[in-house]
Amino acid sequence: MKIYEKGKVTGSRRLSEGIYELCIKTNIADKSKPGQFVMVYPKGKDTLLPRPISICEAGNGVLRLVYRVVGKGTHEFSTYEIGEEVMLLGPVGNGFPLEEAKGHAVLMGGGIGVPPILQLSKELRSESVTAVMGYRNSDMFLKEDFEKYVKTEIATEDGSFGVKGNVLDVLREKNLPCDVIFACGPMPMLRAIKKFAQEKGIKAYISLEERMACGVGACLGCVCRTTKKDAHSHVNNARVCTEGPVFEAGEVDI
Amino acid sequence: MNTTVNIAGVTFKNPVTTASGTFGSGMEYGEFVDLNRLGAVTTKGVALTPWTGNDTIRVTEVYGGMLNAIGLQNPGIEVFCERDIPFLKKYDTKIIVNVCGKTVEEYVGVVERLASEPVDMLEINVSCPNVKEGAIAFGQDAKALENITKEIKKVAKQPVIMKLSPNVTRIADMAKAAEAAGADAISLINTITGMKIDINRRKFVLANKTGGMSGPAIKPIAVRMVYECSKAVNIPIIGMGGIRNGEDAIEFLLAGASMVAVGAANFINPLATVEVIEGIEKYMKENGVQDVKELVGAVC
Repeated sequence: MKIYEKGKVTGSRRLSEGIYELCIKTNIADKSKPGQFVMVYPKGKDTLLPRPISICEAGNGVLRLVYRVVGKGTHEFSTYEIGEEVMLLGPVGNGFPLEEAKGHAVLMGGGIGVPPILQLSKELRSESVTAVMGYRNSDMFLKEDFEKYVKTEIATEDGSFGVKGNVLDVLREKNLPCDVIFACGPMPMLRAIKKFAQEKGIKAYISLEERMACGVGACLGCVCRTTKKDAHSHVNNARVCTEGPVFEAGEVDI
Repeated sequence: MNTTVNIAGVTFKNPVTTASGTFGSGMEYGEFVDLNRLGAVTTKGVALTPWTGNDTIRVTEVYGGMLNAIGLQNPGIEVFCERDIPFLKKYDTKIIVNVCGKTVEEYVGVVERLASEPVDMLEINVSCPNVKEGAIAFGQDAKALENITKEIKKVAKQPVIMKLSPNVTRIADMAKAAEAAGADAISLINTITGMKIDINRRKFVLANKTGGMSGPAIKPIAVRMVYECSKAVNIPIIGMGGIRNGEDAIEFLLAGASMVAVGAANFINPLATVEVIEGIEKYMKENGVQDVKELVGAVC
């Protein structure tokens, strides 16, 4: 059951270049699971639609959102101070299937796909779980948070920290055991993970992103091509906000 | 205080419905909105067979509104009759089914299939700007509009609303064509065709290149068109386009609409429909309006 309510900002800060954090006290926090997201409603006169923001951490009645400032809405969020009230709708989406984390699970995040992997790491916390995070450069964010919960490996595009390259380069270079992948990141990364998983004959659960309007499954704006008939329209176009955002890689045509 | 309205023999508890395509069949918003509060739920367009819709990106925000080019993705009439109608029947609200098609025969097929279903009215989508065949093709030519209206009226068992496009030279001519062909009511406006270009990538934002604009910015255009149509025809009008609150709805009623629909505002605020109803009631109370029908066309 989704909640539409006003939350109260309890923390707001910049984490790295263009990356910001908002902590919000809301009843949504204790109802959410890793991989779900919230719709955040901007107040500005030149914005209208809510912005889907992934849940980075949730607990004790507080949601931690880590997001990239990409436009007017997210810019507005970055100006919020403690005490600011903000309308939220959530939790939205299906979230990661935690029960599929069998054997050696590798959790991968790339760029602004890193935040939702944190709550997942926290909940899957075990010796057999490894988090692999990909950044543009050594201006990283959330790295220390991951290290609190799971073994953490880093890739940077420019090689300024960790393995030079992407998250899959880390897997190959370090020869990490991998029985299942959970991932969120840009489409080229997800496509590469899908291919990798198919070659290895393992499952990969990937979290997709798409432009959204309603966030509740009504507008059919945020669909992705699926290999099976989707639940709503039966036309192989599933709603990222409702049937997703997490899909088994083999189920989506990306 | 009386908020009921009657359109073509159907009585609605209040003059507020949802704009087709913005509210699904009510299931999703039912988590937030008490559907029993609504005068009616107008469903997403349904065709004879499942439609895949357009590629993504399908929606984008623009100043004062949004563009959409969903392309009428829908599960087809059979799934709709098995799943969506029984769901809506559980609520004390009227059901208006939006009907789409690529050919006259497809529209007629859907209307025939609905003849035995417990729905209250049909809204014929001859105005969606986002599909290659059908829809707007029937709504931009008075002769084509007249013809399809006649064909649908021959088989329809429920009163027929023709949903008009604003993407025409004179919308009043379209309203007259619908009325002449026997339409029981008209609804307007559908979205206004627009375009957004990503200047950094030098590409169209929407996969469909163009999309229908909705949202607060189109309201003055919609109010003007409702007014023009109300002067041109005697059949009732369902007005829509940028309605976000009670005051917006009152404007449409004064311009000549008997009923209003809330569209993109549902995305901006999931409780918008109920807030519009409450806003109308508040206005009536504050202005000593006993019957909402007193407001219809009362601009002078």
